[in-house]
Amino acid sequence: MPHLTLDKVTVHYDGQPMPAVERVSLDVGKGDFVVLVGRSGCGKTSLLNVAAGLVGPARGQATIAGRPITAPGPDRAVVFQNDALFPWLTARENVAFALRLRGVPHDKRARRADELLKLVKLDNAGDKRIWELSGGMRQRVGLARALAAEPEFLLLDEPLGALDALTRERMQTTLLDLWAASRAGVLMVTHGIEEALVLATRIVVLAPGPGHVVRTFETHFGRRYAAGEPIRAIKADPAFAAARADLTDAIFQGEAT
Amino acid sequence: MSVSSYSERPGAKADENNGFSVPWSRPRRNRTGISARPISAITILVLLAAWTLSARLQLVSPVFLPSPAAVWAKFVAVAGDGFVDATLLQHIAASLWRVFTALIVTIVVGVPVGLAIGISKVGRGVFDPLLEFLRPIPPLAYLPLIVIWFGIGEPSKILVIAIAMLAPVALSTAAGVRGVSSERIDAARSLGATRGQVVRLVVLPSALPSILTGLRIALGAGWSTLVAAELVAATRGLGFMIQSAAQFLVTDVVVMGILVIATIAFALEFVIRRVERALVPWAGKD
Repeated sequence: MPHLTLDKVTVHYDGQPMPAVERVSLDVGKGDFVVLVGRSGCGKTSLLNVAAGLVGPARGQATIAGRPITAPGPDRAVVFQNDALFPWLTARENVAFALRLRGVPHDKRARRADELLKLVKLDNAGDKRIWELSGGMRQRVGLARALAAEPEFLLLDEPLGALDALTRERMQTTLLDLWAASRAGVLMVTHGIEEALVLATRIVVLAPGPGHVVRTFETHFGRRYAAGEPIRAIKADPAFAAARADLTDAIFQGEAT
Repeated sequence: MSVSSYSERPGAKADENNGFSVPWSRPRRNRTGISARPISAITILVLLAAWTLSARLQLVSPVFLPSPAAVWAKFVAVAGDGFVDATLLQHIAASLWRVFTALIVTIVVGVPVGLAIGISKVGRGVFDPLLEFLRPIPPLAYLPLIVIWFGIGEPSKILVIAIAMLAPVALSTAAGVRGVSSERIDAARSLGATRGQVVRLVVLPSALPSILTGLRIALGAGWSTLVAAELVAATRGLGFMIQSAAQFLVTDVVVMGILVIATIAFALEFVIRRVERALVPWAGKD
């Protein structure tokens, strides 16, 4: 089983007096859904970018299946908060982009793209232009585009951050469905406490100054949904409320006094 | 057409907005209910009326200002019989051919140069000072040098126009390339794109709205260089027509030529805006 591992990673941006992240270790196995939470400036996105290969660690090492990560690659597809879709392409062509890069023939990649669009519940949107889609639909296209690369790990940088509350809730179950269907490992950054609880198998709480891990929670609510339990029942469970209180405490515990 | 900045946002046409709205806001409905268009129409009609009246009352000698009727008559005559051995259509065709050949030359040279400026420090170091040097020089200043170097044939004329077009195209391309969102590039890289694929499949299409804006500005700049380009040894062309008419004080042909140049410039602007809308319908929407 390949693992995505960060080993005592320190990220220090040029011209900054303090590192953004100091000696953080993470491990994401296939089938894991790891969520990074924490207040602004705790280096969540920096860690994700190290895993993506977009930022090089100052010290420490990031590896995938034992190999050091030095550049971005399709084994670790990234989905950004602002979907970063290509507006000159249709939804289908956006999804097929990774296949086009690999030289997959036109018909074959169109068929695969349609399958993926169906998976994210956008069956009839293939010919739509990006600017004709709502924020939630665009983010679905973004997810389908990332899945087309057949990544071993999905890196999600606040993918639902720009969506309204209702769309966001719907998208959470979509994410869980995709995670269950693709069997990929997921590393996700979010600001949403409830979102973290709903989705994660493990929640890593970070605190700023410089970014470090304060606590790690193993959670099971996402797995319960994947096993067939309705999402509303899970959220109504007293255990969910208790976990939510714990997590909130952990996040604000490091608050400067 | 004056050009002061090439970093104009592709979706916003700064010259269409009134001074009080930010460039990226949609032009607002005027609260008073008066729109600019009828005022423009009235302005033009008043000017035409003043022109007609001054000609009718013979306030100015026709050598200085021929009447609108005389200019119209000349237009019809030159369109039919021609002036200095070519019909109006042939003059127009010669000028358009020069400007569009120059445009193609400029695209072939200017877009890669702009790309180099936008994506590489070396490219920027090499081309930026050259363009900044070239940009403010009036065409009439480098015309003699180009004639000395390349003779008085057609290539010189095209080159004069192309030089005037180069900076707008290259600098707009560079601005467009630098404006590509890093998330878009990172997304492509994380999907497995090589550096070449990123440039070809992401950077160029992202910069296309800006490139087209550059072409629009360039076409205006090139068209306004026309008279200078046709100053030496031309036998056809609108600029040439005006100059030879001026030498014999055929003022009605001069005025007619100016109006034709203005009309064509207006038409070109209209056409390229249509092309922009057809080619980059997403501009300003994402």
